[in-house]
Amino acid sequence: MRDPVTVRLRVNGVECQGRCEPRKLLVDFLREDLGLTGTHVGCEHGICGACTILFNGEAARSCIMLAVQADGAEILTVEGLMQNGKLHPLQEAFREHHGLQCGFCTPGMLITALDLLQTNPSPTEGEIREGISAVLCRCTGYHGILKAVEAAARTMREA
Amino acid sequence: MSLIGAPVRRVEDARFLTGRGRYVADMTLSRMLHVAFLRSPYAHARIASIDTRRARELPGVAACVTGDELASCARPIRAESKMAGYRATEFPALARGKVRFAGEAVAAVLAESRYAAEDALEAIDVRYETLPVIATPEAAMAGDATLVHEAAGSNVLLSRAFVQGDAEAAIARAPVVVGGRFRFHRHAGVTLENRACLADWDAGARELTLWSSTQVPGLLRETLADLLDLPAHRLRVVAPDVGGGFGVKSALYPEEVAVCALARLAGRPAKWVGDRREDLLTSTQAWDETIEVELAVHADGTISALRARVVADVGAYSIHPWTASIEVIQVISFLPGPYRVPHYRGEGWGVATNKAPMGPYRGVGRPVSTFVTEALMDRAARRLGIDPVELRLRNLLRPDELPYRSPSGVVWDSGSFVESLERARDVAEYERVRAEQRRGRDAGRYVGIGVACYVELTGVGSAIPASPGAAINTGTEGATVRVDPGGTVTASFGLACHGQGHETTLAQVVAEELGARLEDVRVIHGDTAAGPAGTGTYASRSAVIGGGAAMLAARALREKALAIAAHLLEVAAGDLTLADGRATVRGAPDRTLTLREIARAAYAGAKRLPKGMEPGLEATRFYDPYFGTASNATHVAVVEVDPETCAVVVRRFVVVEDCGRIINPLIVEGQAIGGTAQGIGAALLEEIVYGDDGQLLTGSLLDYLVPTAAEVPAIEVVHLERPSPTTLGGFKGVGEGGTIGAPAAVANAIADALAPLGVEISELPVTPERLFRLISPGGRPLR
Repeated sequence: MRDPVTVRLRVNGVECQGRCEPRKLLVDFLREDLGLTGTHVGCEHGICGACTILFNGEAARSCIMLAVQADGAEILTVEGLMQNGKLHPLQEAFREHHGLQCGFCTPGMLITALDLLQTNPSPTEGEIREGISAVLCRCTGYHGILKAVEAAARTMREA
Repeated sequence: MSLIGAPVRRVEDARFLTGRGRYVADMTLSRMLHVAFLRSPYAHARIASIDTRRARELPGVAACVTGDELASCARPIRAESKMAGYRATEFPALARGKVRFAGEAVAAVLAESRYAAEDALEAIDVRYETLPVIATPEAAMAGDATLVHEAAGSNVLLSRAFVQGDAEAAIARAPVVVGGRFRFHRHAGVTLENRACLADWDAGARELTLWSSTQVPGLLRETLADLLDLPAHRLRVVAPDVGGGFGVKSALYPEEVAVCALARLAGRPAKWVGDRREDLLTSTQAWDETIEVELAVHADGTISALRARVVADVGAYSIHPWTASIEVIQVISFLPGPYRVPHYRGEGWGVATNKAPMGPYRGVGRPVSTFVTEALMDRAARRLGIDPVELRLRNLLRPDELPYRSPSGVVWDSGSFVESLERARDVAEYERVRAEQRRGRDAGRYVGIGVACYVELTGVGSAIPASPGAAINTGTEGATVRVDPGGTVTASFGLACHGQGHETTLAQVVAEELGARLEDVRVIHGDTAAGPAGTGTYASRSAVIGGGAAMLAARALREKALAIAAHLLEVAAGDLTLADGRATVRGAPDRTLTLREIARAAYAGAKRLPKGMEPGLEATRFYDPYFGTASNATHVAVVEVDPETCAVVVRRFVVVEDCGRIINPLIVEGQAIGGTAQGIGAALLEEIVYGDDGQLLTGSLLDYLVPTAAEVPAIEVVHLERPSPTTLGGFKGVGEGGTIGAPAAVANAIADALAPLGVEISELPVTPERLFRLISPGGRPLR
């Protein structure tokens, strides 16, 4: 254990700061210190992807990063997807196409899909499968998720 | 249009999509302490001593508790059963005297943070004296085997047989007998949310609240009341949002008992959130059976007899309420499948070893029984030179033979067995794939098509318990439906949802039967303080039993609402309709009352009500479907095997399922596809492996492979929707079926692809290594 250090970062467009032990995981910092429990912990070893956030614009696993590594970073979590009271096209599409059941992987899945569509606005089915294979979903068999990402891609291209 | 059957978008999605789901790990109470468990590094060892002094003194540590200390405030879980020949065992919240599997909790730390609690674990000194490890059922059954539970007197915790006719004689007479030794290895459910629980003890009121990631809050409340010596009405169990269950969260776990006791000891809320390693080490696992089996058929391909001996590795503890019997009894109950089997003998043994406990997992036993029976059907077909679909058609029970009492005593009330197979054959373009297969073989390609038919008992009522002999009432559920004074509707259930979408489907049932608007109905579940008595959600029961109770309660309210409206409008109740939240006089659309106006009258009392009518607008009803109802499906897999890499690609997957009357097709499709994906994972990837020393070798998701979007193929689902003749609403269960059919269909497709090489699939999962050994027993690649 070491003395707490201060971490300053921007989360969902808002300047935040907190004090935590240097060993504290970023996901625990987001959940416990900032109260953003939408980002989930599924494995703590970087496989399941439930904890995926956008870190300086790119998908990253917050369970295998330390909070101190995020000092000065810009982070987007699932709580930041909704804008002005309106669901993001990905959120809309997941609801429309039954892309979630228990909801536990959903935050990581949404952020991963967002990262995919930011880099590839018109992915093929194979590219979507590969892109979202970074996140495990145990409920849906991925069928609804694939349809949702395809639909959201269309909506986002037309917007 | 009826709300029952409509593809309504789920009402629960909004909170999950915006990060506002509320799982146990998300909850914080003031003065809350965090729990970490010290877990045994040995699979079998005597605990010589535990010294917690150093741990207690570390900063941030509130308490450090051993099994002996906890025993004074929590009795061990005892998995009782009325089943003959069953040996009950005890499962303490923290180990006492000895540990029986690697990962068993031996001490608990309560600290200000999980980090501090884990620090303290390292400061606990435990001296173990290792004992011989029982790593296999064979070793467990040896005459001089060390006992896992000395008090049980044997490592064989249960044995049971189902017998009809004379299978031995029929097999001796039969012209064709196929058989073999099958193995379905150990499996983990891997819910994305690890198990977690949080307990809060109110010392003043002497009340305990437990929030747990569980499928069975009602069951937990009843059992914990006994174990903690608290009257049940002082105990509230809540299952908030739960991130997947699949059966793994349907038993009472030692951590739940421990956390309750620790909160009481410390006088502060106590929360434990399991990590993935703890999940893979300690959550109940599935299958792990060896099946020696023979199927006898006549020359025309009709079945004469089936005989099976099934040995299950049930791990170190029998779990409450299902006991160690749950898997193996289901295997021997359902081996005959949807077929006419005149002579049957199925014998099963549940054998204790030093591994994590065995428990129910999606499909329970039937993924194993279906794998075996369907493989035998294909082998018989090959032997007789009959097409495997044709052979099945000759043996499947026809509608005019139903209801049918199976050789193990299960009653199939109905079923579309033949229809689902014929439809699946057509949808999958069976003949075209066979032609492609022939052409491929000429070109050195190995394409195979595999078929699996199954029937499953769902929505089990009180006549046939979900787990025979177990100490749980699985046959009933209740619903309380209330029209609030403001005209909206609150429907509460003893069920507990963990992804099934009950907040949507049960609202559809209530709205339709009551005549309310869907958006006016709110469903509450998973809270013993909020709903009628019930056990929870498991065994594909909620739509059938909970849906039935919802219908009964909503109908009672509808009748009362109509009587009130008739009184106020001065017409006969029969002259009124009630729909979309409005009672209207037939033929006079302007003479109408909203449900809100009716509710106001109902709560206003006698002055506005028909003479003698009790005020209020609320009803509680319970439902027992008695026998339960049969769901069925046919799965067809088309695979291609690369003989060089031994990779299996599932090119096509067709499911033709019949879950009776559909409440919401989106959700049925989601269940069917999700279950099938788990079955495909079970067939190709997922395996829990232990070393001979009882150490778990697959303790991370790098080692235990859950299918990703890159491995799960497109799965086409066709609904037959033949309503159950025996359940209210015609509903049948659909939660588990996908996982039942898929392993068998994939295994049969691989065997079919490799038939020219004489390969048979008798072991699942079919990993590339296993396939390599099958294809090239000498160790050399094929080409």
